[in-house]
Amino acid sequence: MKSLAELQAIKEKMKNKVVLREGTGDYRVVVGMATCGIAAGARPVLNTLVEEVNNSGLADKITVSQTGCIGICQYEPVVEVFEAGKEKVTYVKMDADKAKRVVEEHLKGGKVVAEYTISAQKV
Amino acid sequence: MKELSLNILDITENSVKAGASLTEIFIDESDEKLVLTIIDNGCGMTDEVLKTVTDPFYTTRTTRKVGMGLPLLKMEAEQTGGRLSITSKHVSADADNHGTTVCAEFNKNHIDFTPLGDVVSTITTLIQGHPDTDFFYRHSFDVKEVSLDTRELRAVLDDVPLNTFEVIKWIEDNLKEQYLEA
Repeated sequence: MKSLAELQAIKEKMKNKVVLREGTGDYRVVVGMATCGIAAGARPVLNTLVEEVNNSGLADKITVSQTGCIGICQYEPVVEVFEAGKEKVTYVKMDADKAKRVVEEHLKGGKVVAEYTISAQKV
Repeated sequence: MKELSLNILDITENSVKAGASLTEIFIDESDEKLVLTIIDNGCGMTDEVLKTVTDPFYTTRTTRKVGMGLPLLKMEAEQTGGRLSITSKHVSADADNHGTTVCAEFNKNHIDFTPLGDVVSTITTLIQGHPDTDFFYRHSFDVKEVSLDTRELRAVLDDVPLNTFEVIKWIEDNLKEQYLEA
């Protein structure tokens, strides 16, 4: 059973890291989690992003957060990537597999996955 | 929604947006019924808003903060022969005792019952996105129950945030183990 003692151990381990983690993000990744996003499948997209970012050891550089309706409900699930000094990248119609690729190629490799962006969509 | 757990995620987001410091999520199941109750201590709604929140056509045009979430939940409850009720007290009516309670009753054996789905994922998603607010979750079936209280975890963690990856993983594993044993 996952005990509170184990949680205590996590706390001891993390305590020193906490200060370091705040405000050092290179990337900010935001997932739309309003009714439209959730209904379209945003929950597994968010959870995959959180998991993959941590598995890649990028947690100190990347924050993954949630927001409300971004306003383009027909393109949900939507993921926005913000990087200081660069234009925002908007990924649309995401799923867990696409999220994995975005972590691998964009957040890790620095190369935007152009085919998933909103500008690659046919109007 | 494909899963009731997604409705839970959606409705609880409203509670957080209403400024709730504590949101309680109860699922009470018997052989026949599933009752979902979400209680928050957020800012609540005035009687005028409360009257309109389950009407998608009226509400989306006038109060953009409401939208489709409650109408969807209402439809999903009623299509099983169940019902949705909402009570709310706005902060302007009572500064010390305000908030909203949403209660949805489902007949589980009805063919149109939306399955509960991955409720563990809903709880971890809520905590990941809102580490500074508290959630109490309790799922009871017959005599067994699964529960989680972020206030207890917070007491152990001190200032380590609840959305630390290792903590979220612990919560996920803890809930999964509780379900296995229940």
